[in-house]
Amino acid sequence: MECQECHQRQATVHLTQVINGQKTEIHVCEHCAKDKGYMSYGEENFTLNDLLSGLFHSEGPSPYNKKAQPYQQHNQLKCPTCGLTYQEFARIGKFGCATCYKTFDERLNPIFRRVHSGNTRHDGKIPKREGGNLHLKREIDEHKSKLRQLIEQEEFEQAAKVRDRIKNLEQQLHQGEDGEQ
Amino acid sequence: MSLQQFMNEAISPWMKQDGPDSDIVLSSRIRLARNFSNSPFPLIASEEKLNKILNFFRENFKGQSFKNYENFELLEMSDLQSIEKRVLVEKHLISPHLAEKSQQSATLISQNEQVSVMVNEEDHIRIQLYFPGFQLDKALEQASQLDDWLEERIDYAFDEKRGYLTTCPTNVGTGMRASVMMHLPALSITQQINRMTPAINQLGLVVRGIYGEGSEAVGNIYQISNQITLGKSEEDIVEDLHSVVKQLIDQERRAREALLQRSGIQLEDRIFRSYGVLKHSRVIESKEAAKCLSDLRLGIDLGFIDHIPRTILNELMILTQPGFLQQYAKATLGPDERDIRRASLIRERLQLENED
Repeated sequence: MECQECHQRQATVHLTQVINGQKTEIHVCEHCAKDKGYMSYGEENFTLNDLLSGLFHSEGPSPYNKKAQPYQQHNQLKCPTCGLTYQEFARIGKFGCATCYKTFDERLNPIFRRVHSGNTRHDGKIPKREGGNLHLKREIDEHKSKLRQLIEQEEFEQAAKVRDRIKNLEQQLHQGEDGEQ
Repeated sequence: MSLQQFMNEAISPWMKQDGPDSDIVLSSRIRLARNFSNSPFPLIASEEKLNKILNFFRENFKGQSFKNYENFELLEMSDLQSIEKRVLVEKHLISPHLAEKSQQSATLISQNEQVSVMVNEEDHIRIQLYFPGFQLDKALEQASQLDDWLEERIDYAFDEKRGYLTTCPTNVGTGMRASVMMHLPALSITQQINRMTPAINQLGLVVRGIYGEGSEAVGNIYQISNQITLGKSEEDIVEDLHSVVKQLIDQERRAREALLQRSGIQLEDRIFRSYGVLKHSRVIESKEAAKCLSDLRLGIDLGFIDHIPRTILNELMILTQPGFLQQYAKATLGPDERDIRRASLIRERLQLENED
């Protein structure tokens, strides 16, 4: 297929544009795609970053949330460790350091939800050392939800065993915490 | 240097082995993104901070071994010529991003080239582990052990709620990207792959061509990988990917059967024409080479051609890229010269098989 703009080169960029429900197909070569602004320049893939920072900008204060801080204040949020401001974060779509996650915490859920299909909490691997008591905490949580399930199913004998196990684990957790101090 | 010698050095040892389902799955990869807790991420860190991290790797991991991954070599980007870096990119041992960012970045590569740990890429650490064929579970298990080994000496940036903290919000949580490289000629010829892609996307997985630009899959080689890294465990992510890949394998096999039955002679003709082009052309562009190599490989898989090993596709897809061609020629080459070199390298390579 030849390029519909220059009629010289092979069309390698194929676009479907939908404007007000009107569908148009565009077949152009790379040169014309760049000229016409269908494609960004350079090898750096524009997609993810641009899309992401687009997402962040749409995070204005919600009219439904009366307690939302004024826009100005949000923009002044600045990471104490690396100095990245929320505004810069929104522009580049990247974090500057681990502390940024704490600094911008209250604004992150909507972003993560969109990027990760509604998820905001980690549910995977925990590092051995850095994870500390997390392994225990997670095990306790798992047992607790099992306990709830067993009680619903009226399997009280099993439930009692799980309850004892939870007590046991919680004791371990407290001992660990005391030991650290 | 003879072509045989050059190839022996150019192709990673693990690529020469066959894995499960390797008629369709070329390789499986796990990538883990990790950061040091006490240093700004590479994007904004000062030279001094980045040097500290690089130094840490020099002191702690250079020359070390972990299990089958022996004698880690630390290749520092500032020591490499641009063609050498390009070759590493073409072998998928480093990312284009790392090659561009030449200061204070490096990669730690195991002798068998199965493991590459990029240092000061977008994140401080990017662990990559490859297996031939369809072996995602094994790759995950090994990558995770390697991760534990590094963690013995590194304090990772980790948060109870958000998981492993990364520079880009798209990697947070597990920091894991699991991917599988597949050769899907029959699904491409019959255009079924285009119909399957949207459904696969809905499962939080991405299908894309790895060679070529945009949505086009040069050489009918596709990469399927997970998009979501937060809120799902590593095992669940790999399981989802595994089941989709399994289905793609079945569909591809079925499509090959159907093609053979419905248009066997046309398919055979297509394969032998492509074989002829590879064997005799004097000038060949990378796209045409990729198309013909894909046909040749299909011909080998279907038994039309039996004196050529099937690894020829992966091998020549890598060797006929610009970086390798220039390394083999030991000179900088313009696009026209590359097309001539590419044709002669392919002819020479096929000649090697005829001699046996």
